[in-house]
Amino acid sequence: MKVALFITCYNDTLFPATGKAVVDVLERLGHTVEFPPGQTCCGQMHWNTGYQVEALPLLPRFVSQFEHAEAVVVPSSSCVAMMREHYPMMAERIVAEGGDATLRQRTAALLPRVWEFSEFLTKKLGLTDVGAYYPHRVTYHASCHGLRSLGLGDGPQKLLNAVRGLELVEIANLEQCCGFGGTFAVKNADVSSAMLSEKTRAVLNTGAEECTACDNSCLMHIQGALHRQRTGVMTRHIAEILANTEASEAANDTDGTEVTL
Amino acid sequence: MSRVPLDPRTAPAFQTAAKMLLGDAQLRKNVRHATDVIQNKRRKLVEEKHDWQLLRESARQIRAHALQHLDVYLDEFERNFTRAGGVVHWARDAAEAQRIVVALVKESGSSEVIKIKSMTTEEVQLNNALEAAGIRAYETDLAELIIQLGEDQPSHIVVPALHKNRAQIREIFRRTMNLPDLGDKPADLADAARRFLREKFLRVKTAVSGANFLIAETGGICIVESEGNGRMCLTLPETLISVVGIEKVIPRWQDLEPLIQLLPRSATGERMNPYNSLWSGVHPGDGPRAMHVVLLDNGRTNVLADSEGRQTLQCIRCAACQNACPVYRQTGGHAYGSVYAGPIGAILTPQLMHMEHSQTLPYASSLCGACYEVCPVKINIPEVLIHLRNKVVEQNGWYAPESLAMKAVAAVFRSERRFRAAQRLGRIAELPLVKSEKRSFSIVGQKQATKPGWIGWLPGLLGGWTDTRDLQAMPKETFRDWWEKRGKA
Repeated sequence: MKVALFITCYNDTLFPATGKAVVDVLERLGHTVEFPPGQTCCGQMHWNTGYQVEALPLLPRFVSQFEHAEAVVVPSSSCVAMMREHYPMMAERIVAEGGDATLRQRTAALLPRVWEFSEFLTKKLGLTDVGAYYPHRVTYHASCHGLRSLGLGDGPQKLLNAVRGLELVEIANLEQCCGFGGTFAVKNADVSSAMLSEKTRAVLNTGAEECTACDNSCLMHIQGALHRQRTGVMTRHIAEILANTEASEAANDTDGTEVTL
Repeated sequence: MSRVPLDPRTAPAFQTAAKMLLGDAQLRKNVRHATDVIQNKRRKLVEEKHDWQLLRESARQIRAHALQHLDVYLDEFERNFTRAGGVVHWARDAAEAQRIVVALVKESGSSEVIKIKSMTTEEVQLNNALEAAGIRAYETDLAELIIQLGEDQPSHIVVPALHKNRAQIREIFRRTMNLPDLGDKPADLADAARRFLREKFLRVKTAVSGANFLIAETGGICIVESEGNGRMCLTLPETLISVVGIEKVIPRWQDLEPLIQLLPRSATGERMNPYNSLWSGVHPGDGPRAMHVVLLDNGRTNVLADSEGRQTLQCIRCAACQNACPVYRQTGGHAYGSVYAGPIGAILTPQLMHMEHSQTLPYASSLCGACYEVCPVKINIPEVLIHLRNKVVEQNGWYAPESLAMKAVAAVFRSERRFRAAQRLGRIAELPLVKSEKRSFSIVGQKQATKPGWIGWLPGLLGGWTDTRDLQAMPKETFRDWWEKRGKA
């Protein structure tokens, strides 16, 4: 299948390794990956913070970049939730305000082909074992948008359980928000931090080496506190775990020369 | 016994109040414990209802339909309630509601009233108005009594004293009821409240209540409760005055069927409320001889006029959203500066205030969606929060600093070229802030650090992040740079 990757603005800028991992996994499974170069942002930050007028132009941009794709894969559940929950309404509004009248139909036609990365594997391709190897103790954080908006269910856990060497440990209060919430994290920094402290406590209680999720936004938040407290526990996007194989592990080990800087 | 009521017009910004309350370890423990207990009870009872989603949808439709035709059903209620011997009064705002109730109490010849727990009378600050008119109000709901005696404020719609624990309640009772030897067992506390209240039930001739539902078809009023104090207030006095928001009306008696299944399960984790009182008008020899309903607008028609905000009025005040909300669970209710706290308060209060106050409330949410998931009438609270945020942004104007920044970022996203330039600029701008983790010595068995460094301090609003969290610096290469290089290789 020809898969178009919508990397999302923050993954592109802050987490390129996740994008490379998505490419790795999809190519390993025999698919061809395309990257429409005009893509930028889905508009979530603006829309959710109250800047609807500013978010609107990002819809036609997304549609024109991706409407010819067979499938669009996005390694971020909150961005997919943004599109599924708000794009139809945004298209209506653009049309109502005298914009491109074809947009309503084009948006409706495109959205069913937009997939969050893990759901593309489990629901579209029907896979749980993608041939990964990752010999670590890992806990899974269910992001709110993945859990409630996309209904990912236990799809991500099934993918992780099929990874050879990986020990998946369940986190307490799985459905509880980590407190990120986009601009909420800075507008209500104290409450956000209080929520995060509950989440990091739950992560640490699992004894896991790493915490994974389908959203780097939550992980950036959780990692922020884990690093501040020097816990040594890392976060890693699920794609990066699924991209790891015995071959890549071996390759990493041999190029690990000690360096004096 | 007067106290300063929660008033959105004078309350501090949510984040300011929240910051202070987060420092109250006892409060946080109390709130977490109480909301955990209620949530666990609720979860079990919801799981046993296999038609839960159907019930929710049916309740949503009933409430949305009633709101769509509110004028029709309010008229019908007024006709039927009047025919049954009751009197309907209409109050445009809190002041008018206060005036009507004060006049009715005076007309009843009483200088005291007993009250059933009612958020609507809290909303219009009725107790203060009564006191100013020389009328003494006694709260008879246990939690409201605790609040009243402790000169406190309600922090939860269903369990207003949820932020207090048993030891704190004992202290309040010991002090205000003059019971130096009061024990600390739940039975001791309940017994003290019972003795205190029983005398009032038997003496006071006028009662004030709210209502859970008004039934248009029968002119009936419905109140559900757990303690029986409501039943006492509804049956013993000679005059009963009910202050009810206009949105509480439902068309038919039969509409109670889903609502009365959803409400107790969502609110207190009970299959059925211990007391379900329904009455319509005056019946000789049975209950109050005078019945009044004060139908309160106080901003509700304003909410009704907004097609996106309207669903807020579907609320049946179960507080399931408060119990489920991770923000409420950290701060408790007082941070919201309104008797309506939590997610429902974050959307209801600003709208009742005509968006002139409480502008920080729509932002008091991480949009996690837990509230929508538990709402028995399917109010899409996150959707309404976003809608209200947009209104706040419009009100603040394009020249607000945040607005200017957001517009600049939006302009970046509208062009690939500008986006790439911003990525490069960001990498340069952050340089002085990044603490590198590169090592100047070698450690056996450790590979060279390939990860970018960390940022521990950021200026301005972003400093809210780095107060408690580090931020990973930007990697040297963006994904799209890597992709292009790969294509050329």
